[in-house]
Amino acid sequence: MPSERIHTVFKNSKDKSVMAMFITAGYPEPVVTADLVLALEESGADIIELGMPFSDPLADGPTIQYSSEVAIEKGTDLDMIFSMVREIRQSSQIPIVLMGYINPILHYGVDEFFSKAAESGVDGFILPDVPVEETGLVEEHCTKYDMSLIHLVAPNTTDSRMKLIDSKSNGFVYCVSVTGVTGARDGDQVAQSVDKFIGRVKANITKNPVLVGFGIRTHTDAMRVSSGLSGFVVGSALIDTIRKNYPNSDWLDQVKLFVKTIKYGSQN
Amino acid sequence: MQYSSPTKNGYFGKFGGKFVPEILIPALEELELAYEAILKDSSFQEEFLDLLREYVGRPTPLTLAERLTDHYGKAKIYLKREDLCHTGAHKINNTVGQVLLARRMGKKRIIAETGAGQHGVATATVCAKFGMECVVYMGAEDTERQKLNVDRMRLLGAEVRPVTSGSQTLKDATNEAIRDWVTNVDDTFYIIGSVVGPHPYPMMVRDFHRIIGDETRKQLMEKEGKLPDYVIACVGGGSNAMGIFYPFIDDDTVRLIGVEAAGYGVESGQTAATFAKGKPGVLHGSLSYLLQTTQGQIALAHSVSAGLDYPGVGPEHAHLHDIKRVQYVPVTDEEALRGVKLTSSMEGIIPALETAHAMAFLDTLMPTTSSGEIVVINCSGRGDKDMATISKFI
Repeated sequence: MPSERIHTVFKNSKDKSVMAMFITAGYPEPVVTADLVLALEESGADIIELGMPFSDPLADGPTIQYSSEVAIEKGTDLDMIFSMVREIRQSSQIPIVLMGYINPILHYGVDEFFSKAAESGVDGFILPDVPVEETGLVEEHCTKYDMSLIHLVAPNTTDSRMKLIDSKSNGFVYCVSVTGVTGARDGDQVAQSVDKFIGRVKANITKNPVLVGFGIRTHTDAMRVSSGLSGFVVGSALIDTIRKNYPNSDWLDQVKLFVKTIKYGSQN
Repeated sequence: MQYSSPTKNGYFGKFGGKFVPEILIPALEELELAYEAILKDSSFQEEFLDLLREYVGRPTPLTLAERLTDHYGKAKIYLKREDLCHTGAHKINNTVGQVLLARRMGKKRIIAETGAGQHGVATATVCAKFGMECVVYMGAEDTERQKLNVDRMRLLGAEVRPVTSGSQTLKDATNEAIRDWVTNVDDTFYIIGSVVGPHPYPMMVRDFHRIIGDETRKQLMEKEGKLPDYVIACVGGGSNAMGIFYPFIDDDTVRLIGVEAAGYGVESGQTAATFAKGKPGVLHGSLSYLLQTTQGQIALAHSVSAGLDYPGVGPEHAHLHDIKRVQYVPVTDEEALRGVKLTSSMEGIIPALETAHAMAFLDTLMPTTSSGEIVVINCSGRGDKDMATISKFI
């Protein structure tokens, strides 16, 4: 059962924060994505969000725009992403959530996309340009293959809408920490924003665990903003780390160190 | 059957919708409510019409193109003179409407995207008139190609932000405007420049432009006592076309023709002919026809006309295409440039390169018409802005 892998992570996490790591599939090179995912898992990642690169990522800041451009230039497409997932599945049961915009999926064929995703070992989806109003396009397919559809809530989401999103989500709910695009930010700004609406999130999202993301770049940020929630997501800061170190010979070690430091604090 | 679109959820047939990040949903809901309220508010409608009259210069004339008519020797040709609107194109009808709405909603900051710069200028103009902060996103490449319009916007007090991401053209300027909106959603109103974007924009922009078709209908009844047999307009996103087509959709005898930009040719790989070469997909908040790669990435469009250089098209056009109410035809760069020359030399009207696509289609259409029939072309803008491009070909 694909979505079971996600549920198990939350069940086993007890009081510990669940850490999801986002990378763009195919960045910095399609051939390293599977190894990179395994390295993230080894360093403490509990869930992998694998970005499906799109030419016009309008909810993303410069970092993910850049990684998407590189991945597309290097020929990353959906079939290649399914192969990466199959490769990862040979040695790992870490939950894998595909995250991306709807157009490449529509172009691929919705039915075929979900069937191939299920077959290759994908557990769920985050589609940032498909709000609950538009999930008719994909919902039945997720149900059919028992995969999770994860929706987002934002600081300006109303209480009643949070309840609706909770009822429509399966696996977890992604809480966007600030109004804005993805990207590493000042920790205080993120914390202040989350403080203002975390109470509403807890009161209205009761069925699913909540992971908070956008702007998190350090262990302190992560602990501060995810306190009282199930965990957090790191994306742009991880990609910045890869960008800074790749293709130095120790790039993967540097990435692992970054991930461990975010999860456990400094390693002195 | 009476045409009625979109649905409550913003669908024109299977096209349209609201494909946006969650952060924008409250803003769209707020906009929908505000828009519903002004539709019923006669004081808004009066203020809007008053500005169109006293500031924009409406109604625009419906000019009989006598020499063009003689040239083809078939149907009578009329031009709906949107080129005579303040700022030189139809775009200002919509920016007047949206800025009034933004004021009613208490928004202080206006953002817009622009390609050729016409929508940017029209937005900067109304912001100057109402003393509002205005930021216009424009592809870095377009800021070079359309320097005159950049200077106009700056003179009008707007901040022009060149966009260096992606292809540095209109689609990227739109991405960047949406990113700004996502970030500043509380105090910012996004004035979209065409019948594209998430619901309610395609409907709202159409409604602000329908005055073009309403006037045409009335003026032609006065002059000829009948409806036109053909209405022709160029289509990029499709705002001038929706404006003139919309009031005629239920008149089955009126043939509606949208002219899209074929660039170097429909099969050249360098085209903006969305219906000829596109497939349904999602960009900038709605489901419509889109130029795409074989991987479902958005393809780069090409047209000599910066205003038609867009890989998508408004969702209502997609619907009108699928139900076959509007016929969409491609016209190349070269044909459009001939259209500029023909209209300039025979009518003393230098049309915008966008408009010239519609003019150029007369070569194909006119031989199939007969005397006694009437063709109306939406002369959507004037060509001064394009002189740098046009002068290379004369």
